[in-house]
Amino acid sequence: MRLIAILALVAGPAQAEKIFVSNEKGNTITVLDGATHEVIHTIEGMQRPRGITASPDGKFLYVCASDDNLVKVYDTATYEELPSLPSGPDPELFVLHPSGNPLYIANEDDNIVTVVDVNTRQVLAEVPVGVEPEGMGVHPDGSIVVNTSETTNMAHMIDTATYEIVANVLVDSRPRFAQYDSDGSHLYVSAEIGGTVSVIDTAKNEIVHKITFDVPGVLPEALQPVGVRLTPDDSKIYVALGPSNRVAVVNGETWEVEEYLLVGQRVWQLGFSPDSKFLYTTNGNSNDISIIDVATNEVVKSVPVGEQPWGVVAVQ
Amino acid sequence: MRKTVAFAALVAFGQPALAQEIVAAVIRVDKPGPLPISRLDLMPDDLGFAGGTLGTADNATTGGFMGQTFTTLEVRATPETAEAEMQKLLDAGVRFIVTLADADTTVRLANMGGLVFNAADTSDRLRGADCRANLLHVAPSDAMMTDALAQFLMWKRWDEWFLIEGSHPEDTALADAYRRAATKFGAKITDSRVFEDSGGARRTDSGHVQVQAQMPAFTQRAAAHDIVVAADHAGVFADWLPFHTWDARPVAGSAGLTPANWHPAHEAWGATQWQTRFERQSGRFARDQDFQVWMALRALGEAATRTNSTDPQVLEDYIRSDAFQLAAFKGQALSFRDWDGQLRQPILLASGNVVASVSPQSEYLHQTSQMDTLGIDRAETECRMEGR
Repeated sequence: MRLIAILALVAGPAQAEKIFVSNEKGNTITVLDGATHEVIHTIEGMQRPRGITASPDGKFLYVCASDDNLVKVYDTATYEELPSLPSGPDPELFVLHPSGNPLYIANEDDNIVTVVDVNTRQVLAEVPVGVEPEGMGVHPDGSIVVNTSETTNMAHMIDTATYEIVANVLVDSRPRFAQYDSDGSHLYVSAEIGGTVSVIDTAKNEIVHKITFDVPGVLPEALQPVGVRLTPDDSKIYVALGPSNRVAVVNGETWEVEEYLLVGQRVWQLGFSPDSKFLYTTNGNSNDISIIDVATNEVVKSVPVGEQPWGVVAVQ
Repeated sequence: MRKTVAFAALVAFGQPALAQEIVAAVIRVDKPGPLPISRLDLMPDDLGFAGGTLGTADNATTGGFMGQTFTTLEVRATPETAEAEMQKLLDAGVRFIVTLADADTTVRLANMGGLVFNAADTSDRLRGADCRANLLHVAPSDAMMTDALAQFLMWKRWDEWFLIEGSHPEDTALADAYRRAATKFGAKITDSRVFEDSGGARRTDSGHVQVQAQMPAFTQRAAAHDIVVAADHAGVFADWLPFHTWDARPVAGSAGLTPANWHPAHEAWGATQWQTRFERQSGRFARDQDFQVWMALRALGEAATRTNSTDPQVLEDYIRSDAFQLAAFKGQALSFRDWDGQLRQPILLASGNVVASVSPQSEYLHQTSQMDTLGIDRAETECRMEGR
């Protein structure tokens, strides 16, 4: 154990970018080298990993092990498993406070959001929300955490100081994911069955626009928005469109779709490389990730990972 | 207990304080009849009602954010008492009625008024010649289920069918739906037989001894076929077909690979969450009727949320509109067909403990919705709704 730690320290300054992919069916995390995009390691020992994120310093990896009813924690350098966090039953997605603590977890089965201190591993609060909470987003200043509930069809804005819901915004059917822009003035909420991404003005908590999708030759019902990511300058919004096997590139100012990129099958979640030059997509039905060059919007490569990749996070 | 609740709610009707309350009723009309072949299929006492309880709870959670409350009354009736019970509900001002009844009873109840959600009967005539303007169907039709199976069999290139149908009228109607599906998708029914219901108990101690001798003989010397398709709505014989056919052929339809609207093993599109909620609440697996009552009540809840209204007319108009979308763990938005009031929905194909496939199969396309490749399409409907 100590040896590994020393080795990691030796490699310290040159620690390269790593990409972590949760494989829902494979019960594994695939680790890829960020430079070569080659698989360098597989973490095992969890059941049904879905949501995946990393601490702001990139040192810790958090994974929703849904069938273990736990959040598993790993050292991103050594892949050592650290003590797990309590999550409430069936955790699917979560989001870390920008400071790195606490963790806000959506518990699909219990209509609650569980708030967990990642250091003390204590549950700080359970916030009742709508039916089937799923998507989680956090305002860049950390004041508000948003949860989307898939059967209630709302975005619930939760005050992170009081754990009270301060606003509810009705969106389209089965909201899956919530993502703020860089200054938190807008919140983007994807609706898988509704087929839209709602743009919410966070000052007024009102929907100001709905982004819709249309790909010639693709059945409209296959255009199911799930994962949403914005470039750091908010100029481009990427939306994963599920069984249509496409990622939409949306203009961050006009909210017009500019391009549809063909990726792998049933694309759900997205994650940027730490320098935001690449976007990684998890393609659940083709067991691979696609790598998009953000500057050119070209799909440059696909890399096989484990079975039914679900989420992705990259760390430096 | 249940009676008390119903009475209290009835007393409260019509008071202005309840303006934000949405009241619905689930009426289950039980007919005496023989028990099913398998004791695994015995009817749970809370069949359908349990789905209603979950639907009401889900609506209430959402309603909590909207300032809306939901009340669902449970009514048990027989074919003789059904109309009187329905009249009580209508007199009390209940507009939304979910029925778990056979085709004839459903029509009789719909004739009395209200907006009726059929959550049990699958017969095509209820969506065709016997349709009603105030009758919506959350239960899929026989035609949808037979088309769902036919698409899969054609995808497998199993296009020669040996059709075995029961002797009850509903069996004949189901067999007609299979004949229609065969024509629609290009399968051939190479042989067909009628299995006569000789009456008596369907479950007996060591009943398998006779069955093992009877079924092979019954299916002997059939014309060449890829698969046996059973049309056994009444549940008399189909469960005994697999492994007892003369020829080594798989069985589909009322046994074997079975089209269903719901299945306890269905996990796709977030369905696991629904299953877990239901099982925790009811202590058993959900059946089609449970899911269908849930869908009917969720349709009401969805309309109330989207319109921010509890006005029954506003809710009904919304449910029938193009804007209506029901998310019900089938991977796409469900909506009601305007030509016959049928909820368009994908159909599961279950084989034992797993969901083997889901139709529509992706190869079958349609100009409006792929789900309309299942069942009776606009151009072929026999439904002529007065006043709509």
